[in-house]
Amino acid sequence: MTVELDRRGWMSLLAKAPMAELAPLWRALNMSPEFQWLRAPEVGATMVRGRMGGTGAPFNLGEMTITRCSLQLDDGVVGHGYVQGRDKEKARMAALVDALMQGEMADRVCRDVLVPLAGAFRDAKAERAAKAAATKVDFFTMVRGEDK
Amino acid sequence: MYVAVKGGERAIDNAHAWLAEERRGDLDVAELSVAQIREQLRLAVNRVMGEGSLYDPDLAALAIKQARGDMIEAIFLIRAYRTTLPRFGHSEPVDTGAMACDRRVSATFKDAPGGQILGPTFDYTHRLLDFKLAAEGDVPEAAVGTPRAEPTPHITEFLNQEGLIQAEPESEATPGDLTREPLELPSNRPLRLQALTRGDEGFVLSMAYSTQRGYARNHAFVGELRIGKVAVEMDIPELGFAIEVGEIELTECETVNQFQGSKTEPPQFTRGYGLVFGQSERKAISMALVDRALRWKELGEDDMSAPAQDEEFVLYHSDNIQATGFLEHIKLPHYVDFQSELELIRKLRREAEAAAQPGDAKSRDDASATSPEAAE
Repeated sequence: MTVELDRRGWMSLLAKAPMAELAPLWRALNMSPEFQWLRAPEVGATMVRGRMGGTGAPFNLGEMTITRCSLQLDDGVVGHGYVQGRDKEKARMAALVDALMQGEMADRVCRDVLVPLAGAFRDAKAERAAKAAATKVDFFTMVRGEDK
Repeated sequence: MYVAVKGGERAIDNAHAWLAEERRGDLDVAELSVAQIREQLRLAVNRVMGEGSLYDPDLAALAIKQARGDMIEAIFLIRAYRTTLPRFGHSEPVDTGAMACDRRVSATFKDAPGGQILGPTFDYTHRLLDFKLAAEGDVPEAAVGTPRAEPTPHITEFLNQEGLIQAEPESEATPGDLTREPLELPSNRPLRLQALTRGDEGFVLSMAYSTQRGYARNHAFVGELRIGKVAVEMDIPELGFAIEVGEIELTECETVNQFQGSKTEPPQFTRGYGLVFGQSERKAISMALVDRALRWKELGEDDMSAPAQDEEFVLYHSDNIQATGFLEHIKLPHYVDFQSELELIRKLRREAEAAAQPGDAKSRDDASATSPEAAE
Protein backbone atom coordinates (compact mmCIF):
# COMPACT_ATOMS: atom_id res chain seq x y z
CA MET A 1 0.00 0.00 0.00
CA THR A 2 1.37 3.40 -0.95
CA VAL A 3 0.36 6.79 0.33
CA GLU A 4 1.10 10.06 -1.38
CA LEU A 5 1.04 12.64 1.34
CA ASP A 6 2.02 16.26 1.45
CA ARG A 7 2.15 18.15 4.72
CA ARG A 8 -1.51 19.09 4.47
CA GLY A 9 -2.30 15.42 3.90
CA TRP A 10 -0.43 14.02 6.86
CA MET A 11 -1.59 16.74 9.26
CA SER A 12 -5.18 16.09 8.19
CA LEU A 13 -4.72 12.37 8.71
CA LEU A 14 -3.22 12.88 12.17
CA ALA A 15 -6.02 15.28 13.15
CA LYS A 16 -8.69 12.69 12.40
CA ALA A 17 -6.86 9.58 13.65
CA PRO A 18 -8.34 7.89 16.72
CA MET A 19 -5.88 7.93 19.61
CA ALA A 20 -6.36 4.17 19.95
CA GLU A 21 -4.75 3.81 16.51
CA LEU A 22 -2.14 6.56 16.65
CA ALA A 23 -0.70 5.81 20.09
CA PRO A 24 0.42 2.19 19.47
CA LEU A 25 1.93 3.12 16.09
CA TRP A 26 3.82 6.03 17.61
CA ARG A 27 5.10 3.95 20.51
CA ALA A 28 6.16 1.13 18.21
CA LEU A 29 8.28 3.64 16.33
CA ASN A 30 10.36 3.87 19.50
CA MET A 31 11.59 7.39 18.89
CA SER A 32 11.77 10.01 21.57
CA PRO A 33 13.35 13.03 19.93
CA GLU A 34 14.38 15.92 22.15
CA PHE A 35 12.23 18.99 21.62
CA GLN A 36 11.17 22.28 23.13
CA TRP A 37 7.62 23.54 23.32
CA LEU A 38 6.94 26.60 21.22
CA ARG A 39 3.33 26.33 22.31
CA ALA A 40 2.38 23.80 24.95
CA PRO A 41 -0.72 21.75 24.12
CA GLU A 42 -3.92 23.70 24.66
CA VAL A 43 -7.54 22.68 24.28
CA GLY A 44 -9.84 25.04 22.46
CA ALA A 45 -12.57 25.20 19.87
CA THR A 46 -13.11 26.18 16.31
CA MET A 47 -16.41 27.52 15.02
CA VAL A 48 -17.65 25.17 12.31
CA ARG A 49 -19.44 26.89 9.46
CA GLY A 50 -21.96 25.60 6.98
CA ARG A 51 -23.46 27.13 3.87
CA MET A 52 -27.12 28.08 3.39
CA GLY A 53 -28.63 25.55 1.02
CA GLY A 54 -25.32 23.67 1.05
CA THR A 55 -23.80 26.07 -1.51
CA GLY A 56 -24.72 29.63 -0.48
CA ALA A 57 -23.50 32.12 2.09
CA PRO A 58 -21.75 30.82 5.22
CA PHE A 59 -23.40 30.60 8.65
CA ASN A 60 -22.12 29.48 12.04
CA LEU A 61 -23.17 25.94 12.85
CA GLY A 62 -21.50 25.37 16.21
CA GLU A 63 -18.08 24.74 17.65
CA MET A 64 -15.96 21.60 17.84
CA THR A 65 -13.14 20.87 20.25
CA ILE A 66 -9.59 20.81 18.97
CA THR A 67 -6.21 20.65 20.66
CA ARG A 68 -3.11 22.30 19.27
CA CYS A 69 0.57 22.58 20.07
CA SER A 70 3.84 23.52 18.41
CA LEU A 71 7.30 22.22 19.16
CA GLN A 72 10.84 22.47 17.87
CA LEU A 73 13.23 19.55 17.57
CA ASP A 74 16.86 20.04 18.57
CA ASP A 75 17.81 20.26 14.89
CA GLY A 76 15.52 23.28 14.57
CA VAL A 77 12.62 21.68 12.70
CA VAL A 78 9.21 22.92 13.85
CA GLY A 79 6.22 20.59 14.11
CA HIS A 80 2.60 21.57 14.61
CA GLY A 81 -0.18 19.43 16.00
CA TYR A 82 -3.83 20.31 15.37
CA VAL A 83 -6.08 17.42 16.34
CA GLN A 84 -9.79 16.88 16.91
CA GLY A 85 -10.88 16.50 20.53
CA ARG A 86 -9.24 17.28 23.84
CA ASP A 87 -6.29 14.89 23.98
CA LYS A 88 -3.06 16.81 24.63
CA GLU A 89 -0.96 13.66 24.28
CA LYS A 90 -2.42 13.10 20.83
CA ALA A 91 -1.55 16.67 19.85
CA ARG A 92 2.02 16.09 21.04
CA MET A 93 2.35 12.91 18.98
CA ALA A 94 0.90 14.64 15.93
CA ALA A 95 3.37 17.53 16.26
CA LEU A 96 6.29 15.13 16.66
CA VAL A 97 5.23 13.17 13.58
CA ASP A 98 4.84 16.45 11.69
CA ALA A 99 8.36 17.50 12.66
CA LEU A 100 9.93 14.11 11.88
CA MET A 101 8.19 14.02 8.50
CA GLN A 102 10.22 17.09 7.53
CA GLY A 103 13.57 15.44 8.30
CA GLU A 104 15.56 12.38 7.33
CA MET A 105 13.34 10.02 9.34
CA ALA A 106 10.41 10.87 7.07
CA ASP A 107 10.36 7.60 5.13
CA ARG A 108 10.31 5.45 8.24
CA VAL A 109 7.70 7.58 10.02
CA CYS A 110 5.56 7.56 6.91
CA ARG A 111 5.82 3.79 6.50
CA ASP A 112 5.27 2.90 10.15
CA VAL A 113 2.74 5.53 11.24
CA LEU A 114 1.06 7.33 8.36
CA VAL A 115 0.59 4.41 5.99
CA PRO A 116 -1.15 2.24 8.61
CA LEU A 117 -3.26 5.22 9.75
CA ALA A 118 -4.31 5.99 6.19
CA GLY A 119 -5.16 2.33 5.65
CA ALA A 120 -7.28 2.15 8.79
CA PHE A 121 -9.05 5.37 7.85
CA ARG A 122 -9.78 4.09 4.36
CA ASP A 123 -10.97 0.72 5.66
CA ALA A 124 -13.32 2.31 8.19
CA LYS A 125 -14.76 4.57 5.49
CA ALA A 126 -15.16 1.68 3.07
CA GLU A 127 -16.91 -0.44 5.69
CA ARG A 128 -19.52 2.24 6.37
CA ALA A 129 -19.96 2.94 2.67
CA ALA A 130 -20.52 -0.79 2.03
CA LYS A 131 -23.15 -1.00 4.78
CA ALA A 132 -24.85 2.10 3.39
CA ALA A 133 -24.81 0.60 -0.11
CA ALA A 134 -26.61 -2.49 1.20
CA THR A 135 -29.51 -0.22 2.26
CA LYS A 136 -29.95 1.26 -1.21
CA VAL A 137 -33.49 0.82 -2.46
CA ASP A 138 -33.99 -1.12 -5.70
CA PHE A 139 -37.31 0.02 -7.10
CA PHE A 140 -39.29 -2.25 -9.37
CA THR A 141 -42.52 -1.51 -11.16
CA MET A 142 -45.43 -3.90 -10.87
CA VAL A 143 -46.87 -5.13 -14.17
CA ARG A 144 -50.15 -3.35 -14.66
CA GLY A 145 -53.31 -4.69 -16.26
CA GLU A 146 -53.34 -2.43 -19.32
CA ASP A 147 -50.02 -3.86 -20.58
CA LYS A 148 -51.56 -7.24 -21.28
CA MET B 1 -36.18 46.50 50.23
CA TYR B 2 -33.57 43.83 49.53
CA VAL B 3 -32.69 41.65 52.49
CA ALA B 4 -29.60 39.50 52.16
CA VAL B 5 -30.27 36.03 53.46
CA LYS B 6 -27.68 33.47 54.44
CA GLY B 7 -28.12 29.89 55.45
CA GLY B 8 -28.84 26.54 53.89
CA GLU B 9 -25.24 25.56 53.14
CA ARG B 10 -25.51 22.33 55.04
CA ALA B 11 -28.84 21.46 53.42
CA ILE B 12 -27.39 22.22 49.99
CA ASP B 13 -24.30 20.06 50.56
CA ASN B 14 -26.45 17.19 51.76
CA ALA B 15 -28.85 17.60 48.84
CA HIS B 16 -25.94 17.36 46.40
CA ALA B 17 -24.54 14.30 48.14
CA TRP B 18 -27.93 12.63 47.89
CA LEU B 19 -28.15 13.68 44.24
CA ALA B 20 -24.85 11.86 43.59
CA GLU B 21 -26.21 8.76 45.29
CA GLU B 22 -29.48 8.88 43.35
CA ARG B 23 -27.57 9.42 40.13
CA ARG B 24 -25.69 6.20 40.75
CA GLY B 25 -28.90 4.32 41.51
CA ASP B 26 -28.99 0.74 42.77
CA LEU B 27 -25.43 -0.40 43.49
CA ASP B 28 -26.34 -3.93 42.43
CA VAL B 29 -26.74 -2.62 38.88
CA ALA B 30 -23.51 -2.00 36.94
CA GLU B 31 -22.50 1.64 36.59
CA LEU B 32 -23.00 3.22 33.18
CA SER B 33 -19.74 4.31 31.56
CA VAL B 34 -19.36 7.47 29.48
CA ALA B 35 -18.22 5.30 26.57
CA GLN B 36 -21.43 3.25 26.82
CA ILE B 37 -23.52 6.40 26.62
CA ARG B 38 -21.44 7.70 23.72
CA GLU B 39 -21.81 4.46 21.76
CA GLN B 40 -25.28 3.24 22.72
CA LEU B 41 -27.26 6.44 23.33
CA ARG B 42 -25.77 8.18 20.33
CA LEU B 43 -28.89 10.08 19.31
CA ALA B 44 -29.09 11.60 22.78
CA VAL B 45 -25.41 12.53 22.47
CA ASN B 46 -26.15 14.14 19.10
CA ARG B 47 -28.93 16.26 20.54
CA VAL B 48 -26.72 17.48 23.37
CA MET B 49 -23.95 18.36 20.90
CA GLY B 50 -26.34 20.20 18.58
CA GLU B 51 -28.18 22.23 21.19
CA GLY B 52 -25.07 22.57 23.34
CA SER B 53 -23.40 23.96 20.22
CA LEU B 54 -20.22 21.93 20.72
CA TYR B 55 -19.22 18.86 18.74
CA ASP B 56 -17.52 16.52 21.20
CA PRO B 57 -19.24 13.15 21.71
CA ASP B 58 -17.27 12.28 24.86
CA LEU B 59 -18.19 15.53 26.58
CA ALA B 60 -21.83 15.21 25.56
CA ALA B 61 -21.94 11.65 26.93
CA LEU B 62 -20.38 12.82 30.20
CA ALA B 63 -22.95 15.62 30.42
CA ILE B 64 -25.80 13.13 29.91
CA LYS B 65 -24.43 10.94 32.70
CA GLN B 66 -23.98 13.90 35.05
CA ALA B 67 -27.47 15.21 34.24
CA ARG B 68 -29.05 11.79 34.87
CA GLY B 69 -30.44 11.83 31.36
CA ASP B 70 -32.06 15.26 31.66
CA MET B 71 -31.27 16.53 28.19
CA ILE B 72 -31.70 20.24 28.86
CA GLU B 73 -29.55 19.99 31.97
CA ALA B 74 -26.89 18.18 29.88
CA ILE B 75 -27.09 20.88 27.20
CA PHE B 76 -26.68 23.49 29.93
CA LEU B 77 -23.50 21.76 31.13
CA ILE B 78 -22.07 21.75 27.60
CA ARG B 79 -22.97 25.40 27.01
CA ALA B 80 -21.25 26.32 30.27
CA TYR B 81 -18.14 24.31 29.36
CA ARG B 82 -18.08 25.79 25.86
CA THR B 83 -17.65 29.27 27.26
CA THR B 84 -14.39 28.21 28.95
CA LEU B 85 -12.72 27.19 25.66
CA PRO B 86 -10.48 29.61 23.81
CA ARG B 87 -11.54 29.88 20.20
CA PHE B 88 -8.74 29.13 17.76
CA GLY B 89 -10.67 30.32 14.74
CA HIS B 90 -13.38 29.17 12.42
CA SER B 91 -13.59 26.45 9.82
CA GLU B 92 -14.00 26.76 6.11
CA PRO B 93 -17.70 26.19 5.37
CA VAL B 94 -18.16 22.41 5.31
CA ASP B 95 -18.75 20.82 1.91
CA THR B 96 -21.85 18.70 2.40
CA GLY B 97 -21.73 17.73 -1.28
CA ALA B 98 -18.62 15.69 -0.45
CA MET B 99 -20.33 13.96 2.48
CA ALA B 100 -19.73 10.24 2.94
CA CYS B 101 -23.44 9.45 3.16
CA ASP B 102 -24.68 6.85 5.64
CA ARG B 103 -28.17 7.83 4.64
CA ARG B 104 -29.55 9.80 1.75
CA VAL B 105 -33.19 9.90 0.78
CA SER B 106 -35.30 12.13 -1.41
CA ALA B 107 -39.07 12.41 -1.23
CA THR B 108 -39.14 14.17 -4.60
CA PHE B 109 -36.98 12.13 -7.00
CA LYS B 110 -37.17 8.36 -6.94
CA ASP B 111 -34.30 7.75 -9.35
CA ALA B 112 -31.84 10.46 -8.33
CA PRO B 113 -28.19 9.62 -9.05
CA GLY B 114 -26.76 8.03 -5.94
CA GLY B 115 -30.12 6.48 -5.19
CA GLN B 116 -32.16 6.19 -2.05
CA ILE B 117 -29.86 5.04 0.75
CA LEU B 118 -31.91 4.24 3.84
CA GLY B 119 -29.02 3.95 6.30
CA PRO B 120 -29.52 3.02 9.96
CA THR B 121 -33.08 4.35 10.23
CA PHE B 122 -36.11 3.85 12.49
CA ASP B 123 -38.29 4.36 9.40
CA TYR B 124 -40.31 1.28 8.42
CA THR B 125 -39.83 -0.32 11.84
CA HIS B 126 -43.09 -1.39 13.44
CA ARG B 127 -42.60 0.56 16.65
CA LEU B 128 -43.27 -2.57 18.63
CA LEU B 129 -41.18 -2.97 21.76
CA ASP B 130 -38.37 -5.40 21.09
CA PHE B 131 -38.04 -7.51 24.19
CA LYS B 132 -34.94 -9.16 22.79
CA LEU B 133 -33.12 -5.93 23.70
CA ALA B 134 -33.99 -6.55 27.35
CA ALA B 135 -31.73 -9.60 27.23
CA GLU B 136 -28.09 -9.52 26.32
CA GLY B 137 -27.33 -10.97 22.96
CA ASP B 138 -25.15 -10.71 19.92
CA VAL B 139 -26.15 -8.39 17.13
CA PRO B 140 -26.00 -9.89 13.65
CA GLU B 141 -23.61 -8.05 11.38
CA ALA B 142 -25.12 -5.61 8.92
CA ALA B 143 -25.12 -6.60 5.25
CA VAL B 144 -22.66 -4.99 2.88
CA GLY B 145 -23.05 -3.87 -0.72
CA THR B 146 -20.94 -2.18 -3.34
CA PRO B 147 -20.79 1.56 -2.86
CA ARG B 148 -20.46 4.07 -5.65
CA ALA B 149 -17.05 5.68 -5.81
CA GLU B 150 -18.03 9.22 -6.73
CA PRO B 151 -19.63 11.66 -4.26
CA THR B 152 -23.41 11.84 -4.09
CA PRO B 153 -24.72 15.00 -5.77
CA HIS B 154 -27.25 17.27 -4.09
CA ILE B 155 -30.78 16.71 -5.41
CA THR B 156 -31.47 20.44 -5.72
CA GLU B 157 -28.70 20.60 -8.34
CA PHE B 158 -31.04 18.86 -10.78
CA LEU B 159 -33.78 21.46 -10.28
CA ASN B 160 -31.13 24.15 -10.43
CA GLN B 161 -29.97 22.99 -13.86
CA GLU B 162 -33.46 23.69 -15.19
CA GLY B 163 -33.69 26.98 -13.31
CA LEU B 164 -36.79 25.72 -11.52
CA ILE B 165 -35.53 26.41 -8.03
CA GLN B 166 -34.36 29.66 -6.57
CA ALA B 167 -30.57 29.81 -6.79
CA GLU B 168 -28.68 30.08 -3.53
CA PRO B 169 -26.63 33.27 -4.01
CA GLU B 170 -22.91 32.63 -3.70
CA SER B 171 -21.26 34.61 -0.96
CA GLU B 172 -18.24 34.58 1.29
CA ALA B 173 -19.65 37.19 3.68
CA THR B 174 -18.60 36.70 7.30
CA PRO B 175 -21.69 35.50 9.16
CA GLY B 176 -22.75 37.05 12.46
CA ASP B 177 -22.27 34.92 15.55
CA LEU B 178 -24.97 34.69 18.20
CA THR B 179 -22.45 33.45 20.74
CA ARG B 180 -20.41 36.63 20.37
CA GLU B 181 -22.89 39.44 19.80
CA PRO B 182 -26.38 39.68 21.26
CA LEU B 183 -29.16 38.99 18.78
CA GLU B 184 -30.66 42.11 17.28
CA LEU B 185 -33.79 42.34 15.16
CA PRO B 186 -34.39 42.34 12.32
CA SER B 187 -31.77 39.61 11.98
CA ASN B 188 -30.68 37.82 8.83
CA ARG B 189 -30.73 34.28 7.47
CA PRO B 190 -27.25 33.22 8.69
CA LEU B 191 -28.14 34.25 12.25
CA ARG B 192 -31.54 32.57 12.02
CA LEU B 193 -29.92 29.34 10.87
CA GLN B 194 -27.45 29.48 13.75
CA ALA B 195 -30.29 30.04 16.22
CA LEU B 196 -32.34 27.21 14.72
CA THR B 197 -29.54 24.65 14.63
CA ARG B 198 -28.89 25.19 18.37
CA GLY B 199 -32.57 25.70 19.16
CA ASP B 200 -34.64 23.31 21.24
CA GLU B 201 -35.69 20.30 19.18
CA GLY B 202 -39.20 20.27 20.64
CA PHE B 203 -39.72 23.96 20.01
CA VAL B 204 -38.39 23.87 16.45
CA LEU B 205 -40.44 20.72 15.75
CA SER B 206 -43.64 22.37 16.99
CA MET B 207 -43.00 25.52 14.99
CA ALA B 208 -42.40 23.41 11.88
CA TYR B 209 -45.53 21.38 12.56
CA SER B 210 -47.57 24.55 12.89
CA THR B 211 -46.53 25.56 9.35
CA GLN B 212 -47.66 22.17 8.06
CA ARG B 213 -51.03 22.57 9.73
CA GLY B 214 -51.61 25.88 8.02
CA TYR B 215 -50.05 28.60 10.17
CA ALA B 216 -48.07 30.07 7.23
CA ARG B 217 -48.53 28.82 3.72
CA ASN B 218 -45.55 26.52 3.54
CA HIS B 219 -46.07 23.10 2.02
CA ALA B 220 -42.67 21.45 1.98
CA PHE B 221 -41.27 18.40 0.24
CA VAL B 222 -38.10 16.89 1.58
CA GLY B 223 -36.00 17.34 -1.53
CA GLU B 224 -33.16 15.62 0.21
CA LEU B 225 -32.13 14.37 3.59
CA ARG B 226 -28.54 13.19 4.01
CA ILE B 227 -26.57 12.02 7.00
CA GLY B 228 -22.87 11.28 7.09
CA LYS B 229 -19.43 12.53 7.84
CA VAL B 230 -17.72 15.58 6.42
CA ALA B 231 -14.21 16.83 6.96
CA VAL B 232 -13.75 20.13 8.80
CA GLU B 233 -11.06 22.29 7.25
CA MET B 234 -9.46 25.18 9.04
CA ASP B 235 -6.90 27.67 7.94
CA ILE B 236 -3.76 27.39 10.09
CA PRO B 237 -2.07 30.80 10.24
CA GLU B 238 1.38 29.44 11.15
CA LEU B 239 1.29 27.13 8.13
CA GLY B 240 -0.32 29.46 5.64
CA PHE B 241 -2.68 26.77 4.39
CA ALA B 242 -5.76 24.88 5.52
CA ILE B 243 -5.75 21.37 6.95
CA GLU B 244 -8.53 19.09 8.03
CA VAL B 245 -8.74 19.44 11.80
CA GLY B 246 -11.32 16.72 12.16
CA GLU B 247 -14.38 15.02 10.88
CA ILE B 248 -17.96 15.47 12.06
CA GLU B 249 -21.25 13.76 11.44
CA LEU B 250 -23.99 16.03 10.12
CA THR B 251 -27.61 15.80 9.06
CA GLU B 252 -28.61 18.04 6.19
CA CYS B 253 -32.15 18.62 4.97
CA GLU B 254 -33.15 20.60 1.93
CA THR B 255 -36.83 21.25 1.48
CA VAL B 256 -38.44 22.26 -1.78
CA ASN B 257 -41.45 24.55 -1.52
CA GLN B 258 -43.76 25.76 -4.22
CA PHE B 259 -43.64 29.49 -4.81
CA GLN B 260 -46.22 31.28 -6.94
CA GLY B 261 -43.80 33.99 -7.97
CA SER B 262 -43.77 37.68 -7.19
CA LYS B 263 -43.30 40.97 -9.03
CA THR B 264 -39.62 40.22 -9.52
CA GLU B 265 -39.42 36.41 -9.42
CA PRO B 266 -41.04 33.88 -11.78
CA PRO B 267 -42.99 30.95 -10.32
CA GLN B 268 -40.40 28.49 -9.05
CA PHE B 269 -39.46 26.30 -6.15
CA THR B 270 -37.84 27.83 -3.10
CA ARG B 271 -35.65 26.30 -0.44
CA GLY B 272 -35.62 25.70 3.26
CA TYR B 273 -32.39 24.52 4.82
CA GLY B 274 -31.52 22.47 7.86
CA LEU B 275 -28.06 21.44 9.03
CA VAL B 276 -27.49 19.89 12.45
CA PHE B 277 -24.66 18.09 14.27
CA GLY B 278 -24.95 14.29 14.32
CA GLN B 279 -27.72 12.04 13.10
CA SER B 280 -30.61 14.33 14.05
CA GLU B 281 -33.07 14.19 11.20
CA ARG B 282 -36.24 15.27 12.97
CA LYS B 283 -34.42 18.43 13.99
CA ALA B 284 -32.91 19.00 10.54
CA ILE B 285 -36.29 18.69 8.79
CA SER B 286 -37.92 20.96 11.38
CA MET B 287 -35.16 23.51 10.96
CA ALA B 288 -35.64 23.56 7.18
CA LEU B 289 -39.38 24.16 7.49
CA VAL B 290 -38.95 26.99 9.99
CA ASP B 291 -36.12 28.52 7.93
CA ARG B 292 -38.44 28.57 4.92
CA ALA B 293 -41.33 30.08 6.90
CA LEU B 294 -39.08 32.85 8.22
CA ARG B 295 -38.05 33.80 4.66
CA TRP B 296 -41.53 35.15 3.82
CA LYS B 297 -40.40 38.78 3.77
CA GLU B 298 -37.48 38.35 1.36
CA LEU B 299 -39.69 36.25 -0.93
CA GLY B 300 -42.43 38.86 -0.92
CA GLU B 301 -45.02 36.49 0.58
CA ASP B 302 -48.03 37.53 2.63
CA ASP B 303 -47.72 38.04 6.33
CA MET B 304 -50.12 35.41 7.63
CA SER B 305 -49.42 36.49 11.22
CA ALA B 306 -48.34 32.90 11.83
CA PRO B 307 -46.07 32.21 14.83
CA ALA B 308 -43.47 30.55 12.59
CA GLN B 309 -43.26 33.70 10.44
CA ASP B 310 -42.55 35.84 13.48
CA GLU B 311 -38.79 36.14 13.65
CA GLU B 312 -38.82 37.74 17.08
CA PHE B 313 -41.10 35.06 18.51
CA VAL B 314 -39.11 32.16 17.04
CA LEU B 315 -35.60 33.43 17.72
CA TYR B 316 -36.30 34.68 21.24
CA HIS B 317 -37.99 31.45 22.34
CA SER B 318 -36.00 28.73 20.57
CA ASP B 319 -33.11 28.57 23.03
CA ASN B 320 -33.94 26.09 25.76
CA ILE B 321 -31.14 27.25 28.06
CA GLN B 322 -32.39 30.83 28.08
CA ALA B 323 -35.93 29.51 28.46
CA THR B 324 -35.22 27.12 31.29
CA GLY B 325 -33.02 29.65 33.06
CA PHE B 326 -35.85 32.14 33.24
CA LEU B 327 -38.50 29.52 33.89
CA GLU B 328 -36.70 27.63 36.62
CA HIS B 329 -35.50 30.68 38.47
CA ILE B 330 -39.03 31.22 39.76
CA LYS B 331 -38.66 28.19 42.04
CA LEU B 332 -35.72 29.81 43.83
CA PRO B 333 -36.35 31.93 46.94
CA HIS B 334 -38.54 34.96 46.26
CA TYR B 335 -39.52 35.42 49.89
CA VAL B 336 -39.11 39.18 49.96
CA ASP B 337 -40.79 39.70 46.59
CA PHE B 338 -43.68 37.61 47.76
CA GLN B 339 -43.90 39.40 51.09
CA SER B 340 -44.63 42.63 49.28
CA GLU B 341 -47.22 40.88 47.08
CA LEU B 342 -48.87 39.58 50.21
CA GLU B 343 -48.98 43.05 51.75
CA LEU B 344 -50.46 44.44 48.56
CA ILE B 345 -53.21 41.81 48.31
CA ARG B 346 -54.18 42.38 51.96
CA LYS B 347 -54.32 46.10 51.39
CA LEU B 348 -56.44 45.74 48.26
CA ARG B 349 -58.81 43.39 50.04
CA ARG B 350 -59.17 45.75 52.97
CA GLU B 351 -60.00 48.55 50.61
CA ALA B 352 -62.41 46.45 48.53
CA GLU B 353 -64.21 45.17 51.58
CA ALA B 354 -64.34 48.56 53.20
CA ALA B 355 -65.94 49.93 50.06
CA ALA B 356 -68.48 47.05 49.86
CA GLN B 357 -69.49 46.81 53.51
CA PRO B 358 -68.55 49.94 55.39
CA GLY B 359 -69.34 48.64 58.92
CA ASP B 360 -67.69 45.18 58.63
CA ALA B 361 -64.09 45.93 57.59
CA LYS B 362 -62.57 45.83 61.09
CA SER B 363 -63.25 42.16 61.93
CA ARG B 364 -61.89 40.90 58.58
CA ASP B 365 -58.72 42.84 59.16
CA ASP B 366 -58.21 41.11 62.53
CA ALA B 367 -58.59 37.67 60.96
CA SER B 368 -55.94 38.25 58.32
CA ALA B 369 -53.47 39.50 60.93
CA THR B 370 -53.40 36.08 62.60
CA SER B 371 -52.46 34.17 59.42
CA PRO B 372 -48.88 32.86 59.28
CA GLU B 373 -46.40 35.20 57.64
CA ALA B 374 -44.24 34.05 54.79
CA ALA B 375 -40.96 33.08 56.36
CA GLU B 376 -37.65 34.49 55.16
